[in-house]
Amino acid sequence: MGKVIQMGEYFRRGFLEPSGKQPALFDWIFSTDHKRIGLLYLYSICTFFAVGATIGLLIRLELIAPGRTIVGPQIYNALFTLHGVIMIFLFIIPGVPAAFGNFLLPLQIGARDVAFPRLNLLSWWLYIFGAIMALSALFGGGGAPDTGWTFYLPFAGETTTNVSLAVFGVFVLGFSSILTGLNFITTIHRMRAPGMTWSRLPLFIWSLYATAWVQVLATPILAITLVLILSERVLGLGLFDAARGGDPLMYQHLFWIYSHPAVYIMVLPPMGVVSEIIPVFARRPIFGYWFVAASSIAIAAAGSLVWGHHMFVSGMSDTAVLVFSLLTFIVAIPSAVKVFNWVATLYGGSIRLDAPMLFALTFVLLFSIGGLTGLILGSAATNVHVHDTHFVVGHFHYTMFGGGGFAFFAALHYWFPKFFGRMYNNRRATWAWGTMVIGFNLLYFSMMVVGMHGMPRRYYDYLPQFTHLNQIATIGSWILALGMALMAVNLLIALRRGQHVGANPWEAATLEWTVASPPPPENFEELPQVSHGPYDLKRAGEA
Amino acid sequence: MNPSAQHQDAEGARLGMWLFLFSELLMFGGLFVVFAVYLQRYPAQFADAGRQLSLFFGTGNTVLLLTSSLTVALAFEALRQNRQRLCQGLLGFTILAAGLFLVNKGLEWHAKFQHDLYPGSQTLRQAPAGQELFFGLYYLTTGLHGLHVIFGGVILSWVLVQVRQGRIIATRPTMLENGALYWHLVDVIWIFIFPLYYLLL
Repeated sequence: MGKVIQMGEYFRRGFLEPSGKQPALFDWIFSTDHKRIGLLYLYSICTFFAVGATIGLLIRLELIAPGRTIVGPQIYNALFTLHGVIMIFLFIIPGVPAAFGNFLLPLQIGARDVAFPRLNLLSWWLYIFGAIMALSALFGGGGAPDTGWTFYLPFAGETTTNVSLAVFGVFVLGFSSILTGLNFITTIHRMRAPGMTWSRLPLFIWSLYATAWVQVLATPILAITLVLILSERVLGLGLFDAARGGDPLMYQHLFWIYSHPAVYIMVLPPMGVVSEIIPVFARRPIFGYWFVAASSIAIAAAGSLVWGHHMFVSGMSDTAVLVFSLLTFIVAIPSAVKVFNWVATLYGGSIRLDAPMLFALTFVLLFSIGGLTGLILGSAATNVHVHDTHFVVGHFHYTMFGGGGFAFFAALHYWFPKFFGRMYNNRRATWAWGTMVIGFNLLYFSMMVVGMHGMPRRYYDYLPQFTHLNQIATIGSWILALGMALMAVNLLIALRRGQHVGANPWEAATLEWTVASPPPPENFEELPQVSHGPYDLKRAGEA
Repeated sequence: MNPSAQHQDAEGARLGMWLFLFSELLMFGGLFVVFAVYLQRYPAQFADAGRQLSLFFGTGNTVLLLTSSLTVALAFEALRQNRQRLCQGLLGFTILAAGLFLVNKGLEWHAKFQHDLYPGSQTLRQAPAGQELFFGLYYLTTGLHGLHVIFGGVILSWVLVQVRQGRIIATRPTMLENGALYWHLVDVIWIFIFPLYYLLL
């Protein structure tokens, strides 16, 4: 069981201990242990994130000066398409739910695994196959897809680039997402420990639950939309070809019926992460537990009815524009409920500014900026002015990266000691955080300003008067990349040399902190009997 | 393998299956939405195109699927009453019906192609706008449904083998139950396809 290390202290490697029966790699890629699958996702997601970020840096480098800088228009189109496909489908959608959700869901509800462990492994394999297919579209005949991640018809039906392969890859990724969703719903319904009532569920689980429903109910629409693109390209059905009686607008509806709810797949679990971290580091129970839990469901429900706001200038009827605009504003209500509850939780708390808390608080700030600029886009009149400009790009990076991305880093810093039983250097983590915040805001705020001035998105070239702000944005991208590199190095060092920590370094009250770090393969020797809520910090340490 | 992977939770397995069926329904739902929008735009052309489908094959296939849905449900009852032979026979009949359905579908598609009725064909290019959309959707929807018939047949064949080998028994019928649920889904989707495409007047 234990191994003596030089300092004479005992520690266990828990689920990380190799079985010794087969090559170590097989221990991982054929494991049905939710913790190992969670880490498989984590490693693959971080790898794809690095690829996507590199492409992002190339895009920014091209935009440092007007005219052709490093790539021409065709390659530029391919770059932003791949950046989008990788970041959306390979990083941010599976990011928090598949990596952290897999690892933590059974631990937080007091179960030994998810409901369908083998299906869980299959999800990861599908994810990897889909990723390989989508990425291999980069190479080979035809060239990399140049449609943007939205694959809008009719162009996606006509372009000679490798769109079919990429689309099929995304189809497989969607399947993986559906299977994870139904696995999580079943797990949450069927496998809660005795005493783990719905009102004692950690808020992270509530957010996973809402997300899982969106995954199960919205992703099939993406699947059929992708099938329709393929049928257009391969069979030439002409269903969206205006010359043959079809309607291209139908495609946009179908695409956004999935892709807008997908925004909430990307942002609900991060909100759950923040709801876990803030009470622990403010040493106060969450303010308004039921409001935070219910707002997750409300966001998931209302968010499924707002897809039309992507299409205000596509030629929908004015009535449709008004209705979608109104519904969009309604989503702001539960989102604001969450923000106010987080702030109210902080009020009067004894706040500890360790790295996870810094990232979580940054989420609140950046997500609020992203959310408020979203209202500018959601109201029909201003939308027409800034539609398809860099303002939109800046806005969704504030929500997706400033929100989703920073929460992903917050989760990484919060649960790192639980995953690996080691602690990173908090000073370095803080430096990395500070660098990233500065770089992030230089990058994306400049984008929003230049967008307000009228610079369109998805062009490799721009008018000379936009040069100044674009240079600031590109420099910001370098600072951001430097911060992320520092963060990565810090965590990688900690993986090997970090100090060992006990079961509950943050003195949190959720169940995952009652087991050893890293957790034993079976999580709990005996299923816990839950007797208090997830934020009952006075009783932290008890089961 | 993780020992907890082997625990049995019939209720959970059923819940997971129902969620999966929901997602399947929604996927077809996307196609039905496209159908509804184009029907609203081209009602007369859709009716004209619908008349060219063969009611004979359509009705025959509907009868086949409904009967097979009944037999698979009876197979489940037979298993619960421990009547192994009957259960296997009923499953066999269901799989046979799946095969016959596909044969019919193949003959029907073949006849359509013979009559030059497929997207991009000479006849449809000259037909009023809307007819080609109808046939595009027809091939896509029945094609996707046909794929599900194939999957269903494969799943039920696998279930049949498991029953023969005694791995699915009266006290552990979940696999058969979930296989039957999947087959009912295939049936239900057809019950929507049939009136929408064949009985559109």
